[in-house]
Amino acid sequence: MSAPDAAQNSADDIVIDVHGLTKKFDGRAVVRNLSMQVKRGTIYGFLGPNGSGKTTTIRMLCGLLTPDEGEGTCLGYDIRTDTDEIKKHVGYMTQRFSLYEDLSVRENLEFIGRIYGLDKPRAAARAAIARLGLTGREEQIAHELSGGWKQRLALGACTLSSPQLLLLDEPTAGVDPKARRDFWNEIHALAAEGLTVLVSTHYMDEAERCHEIAYIAYGDLLAHGTVEEVIAGSRLTTYVVSARSSEALNRLTEELTGKPGVDMVAPFGTSLHVAGRDAVALEATIAPYRAGKEFEWKHSAPSLEDVFIELMGKARDNFQ
Amino acid sequence: MNQVMPAQAPRHSGNGFWRKTWAMLVKEFIQLRRDRVSFAMIVMIPLVQLMLFGYAINTTPRDLPTAVLLQEQSDVGRSILAALQNTRYFKITQLPRSAAEVDRLILAGKVLFAVEIPVGFERAVRRGDHPALLISADATDPVASGSALSALGTLVQTALEHDHDIPEAGAPPFSIRIHARYNPAAVTQLNIVPGLVGTILTMTMLIFTALSVTREIERGTMENLLSMPITPVEIMLGKIIPYIMVGFVQAAMIIGIGVLLFGVPIVGNLGLLAGLSTLFIATNLSIGYTFSTVAQNQLQAMQMSIMYFLPNILLSGFLFPFAGMPTWAQWVGETLPLTHYLRIVRGIMLKGATATDLHYDGAAMFVLMLVAMTIAVTRFRRTLD
Repeated sequence: MSAPDAAQNSADDIVIDVHGLTKKFDGRAVVRNLSMQVKRGTIYGFLGPNGSGKTTTIRMLCGLLTPDEGEGTCLGYDIRTDTDEIKKHVGYMTQRFSLYEDLSVRENLEFIGRIYGLDKPRAAARAAIARLGLTGREEQIAHELSGGWKQRLALGACTLSSPQLLLLDEPTAGVDPKARRDFWNEIHALAAEGLTVLVSTHYMDEAERCHEIAYIAYGDLLAHGTVEEVIAGSRLTTYVVSARSSEALNRLTEELTGKPGVDMVAPFGTSLHVAGRDAVALEATIAPYRAGKEFEWKHSAPSLEDVFIELMGKARDNFQ
Repeated sequence: MNQVMPAQAPRHSGNGFWRKTWAMLVKEFIQLRRDRVSFAMIVMIPLVQLMLFGYAINTTPRDLPTAVLLQEQSDVGRSILAALQNTRYFKITQLPRSAAEVDRLILAGKVLFAVEIPVGFERAVRRGDHPALLISADATDPVASGSALSALGTLVQTALEHDHDIPEAGAPPFSIRIHARYNPAAVTQLNIVPGLVGTILTMTMLIFTALSVTREIERGTMENLLSMPITPVEIMLGKIIPYIMVGFVQAAMIIGIGVLLFGVPIVGNLGLLAGLSTLFIATNLSIGYTFSTVAQNQLQAMQMSIMYFLPNILLSGFLFPFAGMPTWAQWVGETLPLTHYLRIVRGIMLKGATATDLHYDGAAMFVLMLVAMTIAVTRFRRTLD
């Protein structure tokens, strides 16, 4: 294989390739200078606090919003000019349930099948109902479905046209753990068939089920890579502190917050996570507390959540 | 992290009835101030009503368009025509050359009256034969023609009183024969029922589509719809066509009841009536759809529909005679599909008008429909920007 061919192949394997995306609403940048690449067949987790620009980014990728600056391609189509083509090959699941509440499960799916111009919308709807375990609920009005079933119906709707790329915007918000697990199994099954999935989420356990993750806060992409890479890249020193009484932990929280070297203090049940980027400064600050017998200090690897809370704090500092 | 304890806020003793009412009142005012369309409606509705009722509407209309068929040139004829115009009810706008042309003008609704001065009229007057002058009136709208016709009585006495060559014989020198066409008994229902077809269709069709796009936006289904491969024209036609059928059933129902219960005739061609009614339905649906693409939410769409409906009722010729309105109001009326449809539906049902007579009104409705659709498609936001 010659070199240009290899380059061509690697370009084909990049499903989302955008550079410098910026989107402003009323002069306020919601997404700033965002660049990302997503490889074919990966599950790409998109993380960040509320209002960080995740939904806006997803909408720019599927042609629902026009970026103010930056350019890029989605499935090889220009996100500015080829939105009609993108819409044919991308399945988008909105954050809020956006199918017709007054249509039944079957009617919703048949409608979508007809819009995508499927040859046999009825058969496609039947197949989707069977695949998603909605059999027996075909004639139920969408409005009457519980959150978990609505989410399943929405997944069925956005995968109905056999898209090459799925954009899922917080698909599991407000769904119980069992339904979430089933949902993720389905996502992995789809990815195994070669589908690329970009999924935004708040849940750390979901982030850990992604092949790659990106963290966005206040419009900036702060970190990306595999979970291990992101954790390693944070250079956080983390201690888990436990104490006999919760009053003692509360007091420790107040005392440590804002001290040199302490970037994050966060309670986790009966323990406290204390983390900082500057290991030396952190050690110096906590040394007096470690000397006493009141607290038990344990050095630990940072969790993904530690990393994100710390990233978010850093981003807010930069933002203000 | 700091533990934030909720501070004990001081509370007023007692029930606080007025305090809570005040809170609600302040909130309502803030919301009203942000809602521009409601605000506009508060100002526009009284303003529009006052202007229209004050300046445009006239229940004893004057200067009604009149055609004169002159079959001889004579002093007597000229005096009568001058007297006719002096009543200020009649305004001679057309000088047709034949009786057939007179019929066409009345059928197409271009004139409400036609005066025919026959050959030998002057001679007959001077001989003291008391000849008859024929005045045809389009009596479909009794309000429009009634007061003008009642003014004709004095005309006979006064028209020729300065003409001294006419024998004084006690009786008036000539008589007027009024031919009240299409609705000789001046039955109001004959005019109102066809008018109601248009008015009801305007109201219901407008509301069906005025809510269609805003409803999708409010329920959040628009985001999903826009992310799929469907174009604005496809969305528009898909939303309009079902209601064309609904409107057709509605029109058939009103016309059927009008014929069965009120004895309104259908003199003209039923197929032509059905075809032009369908065009009218589609035009209204397109206008409602346009409102839907402009409005931010369902409430605004409803308010726009109401503000549009108002001039339709007042300026279309439904309640008040079109010919009696000042020119500016007639121009406004010409931009409303209902104005054209009223001429069509009354023309076909009561006068037996044909496609040739109604081509102008049909074309005007078609143009209005295309304008509305073009605005709707260009206004339709394909993105969420």
